[in-house]
Amino acid sequence: MSEHELTCGIEIHQQLDTTKLFCSCRSGLVESDEGTFLRRLRPTASEMGEMDRAALLESQKGMTFRYQAPQGVSCLVDADEEPPHVADEEATDTVLTFATMMDARIVDEIHFMRKLVIDGSNTAGFQRSALIAMDGRLEMNGKTVGIQSICLEEDAARKVDAGDGEITYRLDRLGIPLIEIATGPDMHSPEDVKEVALRIGTLLRATKRVKRGIGSIREDLNISIPQGARIEIKGVQELRLLPLYVENEVKRQRMLLRVRSMLQERGALPVATEPVDVTESLKGSGSKVIRSALKSGGRAFAVRLPGFAGVLNGEDGALRLGAELAGRARTRGVKGIFHSDELPGHGITEDEVSSLRQSLSLEDGDAFAICAADEDKAVAALRMAAERANEALQGVPEETRDPLPDGGTRYSRPLPGAARMYPETDVPPVTVTQERLQLIRDNLPELPDETIRRLVVEYGVNEQQASQIVRGGNDAAFERIARTLELPAAAATVFANTFPEIEREGLDVNAVPDDDVLRLFQMLSEGRFAKEALPSLLREMASGKAAEDAVSSLGLSSLNEDEAEAIVRKLVQERADFVKEKGMAAAGPLMGPLMAEMRGKVDGKAASELLQKAIKELLT
Amino acid sequence: MSYSPELSSVLKSLQASNGDLLRVISSGREHVGTLMPHHDFSDPDVLVLKLKSGYNIGIKVSADDDVSVLERAARREPPRREKPAAEGRKRVAIIGTGGTIASYADYRTGAVHPALSAEDLAASVPEMADLAYLDPKVLFSIFSENMEPRHWQELAVAVSKELNDGAEAVIIPHGTDTMGYTAAALSFMLGEIPRPVILVGSQRSSDRPSSDAYSNLMAALRFALEQDVAEVCVLMHSGPSDDEFAVHFGTRVRKMHSSRRDAFRSMNVPPLAQMKDCEVEFNAPCRRKSDVEVTPSIELQKDVLLLQYYPGMHASQFSNLIGSARGVVMSGTGLGHVNRDMVGLISRAVYGGTEVVMTTQCLSGATNLGVYDTGRDLINAGVITVMDMLPETAYVKLMWAMANSDDVRRTMTTPLQNEMGERREMHV
Repeated sequence: MSEHELTCGIEIHQQLDTTKLFCSCRSGLVESDEGTFLRRLRPTASEMGEMDRAALLESQKGMTFRYQAPQGVSCLVDADEEPPHVADEEATDTVLTFATMMDARIVDEIHFMRKLVIDGSNTAGFQRSALIAMDGRLEMNGKTVGIQSICLEEDAARKVDAGDGEITYRLDRLGIPLIEIATGPDMHSPEDVKEVALRIGTLLRATKRVKRGIGSIREDLNISIPQGARIEIKGVQELRLLPLYVENEVKRQRMLLRVRSMLQERGALPVATEPVDVTESLKGSGSKVIRSALKSGGRAFAVRLPGFAGVLNGEDGALRLGAELAGRARTRGVKGIFHSDELPGHGITEDEVSSLRQSLSLEDGDAFAICAADEDKAVAALRMAAERANEALQGVPEETRDPLPDGGTRYSRPLPGAARMYPETDVPPVTVTQERLQLIRDNLPELPDETIRRLVVEYGVNEQQASQIVRGGNDAAFERIARTLELPAAAATVFANTFPEIEREGLDVNAVPDDDVLRLFQMLSEGRFAKEALPSLLREMASGKAAEDAVSSLGLSSLNEDEAEAIVRKLVQERADFVKEKGMAAAGPLMGPLMAEMRGKVDGKAASELLQKAIKELLT
Repeated sequence: MSYSPELSSVLKSLQASNGDLLRVISSGREHVGTLMPHHDFSDPDVLVLKLKSGYNIGIKVSADDDVSVLERAARREPPRREKPAAEGRKRVAIIGTGGTIASYADYRTGAVHPALSAEDLAASVPEMADLAYLDPKVLFSIFSENMEPRHWQELAVAVSKELNDGAEAVIIPHGTDTMGYTAAALSFMLGEIPRPVILVGSQRSSDRPSSDAYSNLMAALRFALEQDVAEVCVLMHSGPSDDEFAVHFGTRVRKMHSSRRDAFRSMNVPPLAQMKDCEVEFNAPCRRKSDVEVTPSIELQKDVLLLQYYPGMHASQFSNLIGSARGVVMSGTGLGHVNRDMVGLISRAVYGGTEVVMTTQCLSGATNLGVYDTGRDLINAGVITVMDMLPETAYVKLMWAMANSDDVRRTMTTPLQNEMGERREMHV
């Protein structure tokens, strides 16, 4: 794609590995659901003192929240039962360090703000956030990416359940410090986006103060194409999927622009948004969805979409405006809608379709959408769908979308307006002194390129492995193992090859603490198991087991010489004929079955020696 | 801290005021933002600007930096609001003392404004304005830690006037720090009342979405309108959840946590009532609504001390103070004890005409001076004991008793407004 065809910016939120930002809780996620209480958040009156009654009523309906407050990782501050303490110094220093690395302008005084958030994810009804630095830059591959802002803020509570008018959050994550880095709209290809995100991630890890593992980093993408609109894709957790999201969003926007031209050519006009009751036409339908909705007292409604035939789902799935309509409809609490481009189908017959078309007075080229649910919801859902159809006549609407695991996205909500922020008066402003900045400048972390070079020179690791070790953020762990246990080769293989392999399987191996990995290597150097067992052990540890437990659960223990010899002898006896036939050459083919039998309890080299010895004995 | 003289003169020469859009070039970088009021803890050389993004930042500005005004702040008039209709509806008087019920933040300046008029309230808490005609008055606006006995007197006069004018209830938003004292004072000064007087507070400021101000106020309004209660009470959360409240007798309630929503607890007795959403459960009998006219006795003998005993407290330190005060409430240890030295001082003070009342700093449990020698010595010294009355309540009651009774001892030892009792349940 050429430079002008795609404009993209990213916002990265990375958790810091310090205590929480405004209290002294340790920052970690737990499984416990103890200690629940209930809260309601009240939308505050606007700056001019107005309280929109409709908004108030609307909000009262949905806004009951339950909070779980597990011990050790949440406290009175998180429960909004105590004022916040002063901002964590280590977290602040980490952000100042990164800002210095990005050559950004750091403010002279840090002011924390309250950013209103009333979806329940912050107990106080706002998120505390401060702008620390602006106008930095990242140089990459000869290109410059602007770092518009670097902020320090608190992470939100995590949603653990959602039910009837009530959402449950756990407070373990609330208050964990986040560094938020926003680039300018300076990326123009999917590869650029991935490279920049990777680079920023690596530089963050160089500070040695960031959390690892799934969920510790989230990216928001802002994408637009010419004539399209700025779309925000919020909350991407897997870096390797970034280019896919970018590509798919470009495709989607182009599709919507094509749909607009098609609709214009047809002379399509804005549709009426009031749905019509069509329960009579669908009373006897065999469709499971319709029947179950009507049985529980719901009704079926429809909206006319004149001129929209073939764009809701057309050209073999290339045109998919229908999915967008459905996305809007679902925000009103219905499971979904049907539209005419996919009917007959879903249990709705040709006859029923004809009957609907007739009662809706539709012609060829006209489409419709239907929804069967509780009356209020069905009507609201179809209104949303109709409004979305009208937006399609203009082109691409601005919106926020959720990323899906397959690289697609779905509608989430309208783009947020300017955040309503006012000062957090419980936390005093922080003066950034020259002394503090000098200390930070004097202690900047070693940059990734230097680390790679150093690993190659000091440990004899090849450059590709060194690069992978640093990219994965495992250089500190590698060095500890290489130095204290003198196992650089094994460590290099594990970090450069095994870790990425296990990650690809979807296991959270990066969340295993460095101390645990060190312990594993200690046991290796004690001969508790053979290095061939490392991948299996790491897989066990990725599911949360400590090194010792992983070793016992895999039934590994060192085999003493006698035991090992006995296994080898037994195997050779069983295959005596084969051995007599092949002579010493039998050793090769027999290694496979032997290693399977040994299951990592004996080193490959040692096993081969024992095998050769046993074969020799048999032959003489 | 305010601006340094240099920065002050820079701003003065530009006639820059808060809300103006400024451009500041400092250390080679340019910043454009709205001038925010100087923060109390900001460096004197720092200007606070609100950027377009909404974030405030502090920029150090020196005399040679380039500062200019790009745009003056626009004058914005708050919208005219309609006064809600009063005829045919029950009138609930809301007497403000400084704790804000409803307030809103002006995001342009960061200032937080209280909702003060009937129109403001109707706009900020419409669902409450539907239940009754809310009639607010601001009596004074001070932090409750700065309140004094004369404020209680003013309040008692204002409350009785509202009740005698036919108010269905009086709700008093109050700072939480000394709300217990005020509630006790009103209980004694007002005496028999025809309808409820409910003090409410908020532990979390009312400008934030999570504030307990609204739910406390709403619960108080419902309780006052729907329950047959004519007492002076304090209503606050009874736990961390927003659907559970406790209504406390004004003479039995104490702030027992510095910050939690459920800081207020009834001591030695259960709360008068427990509310969960719309359900109310009573734990004790109380005065019912009636047509009685309020005749308050607001006189107070203000020369009374409240002292907490501690090891190391000596007569020599306190003899002048205690000797010359008209009344002293001691918060003793355990069953109501002080050291020998102090017993002697108390004895001399009582002989000299000072009324001395003994309470326990344990707060829970009753005093009993008949058990140990120290206690018996105190009885001989002439100390007045008051069962399980809280030290703070005893302080207020003593001030009131000394100004309104000929027999202070008798008045102090007679339960008048649920402030003391003979029984304490065994809770296992």
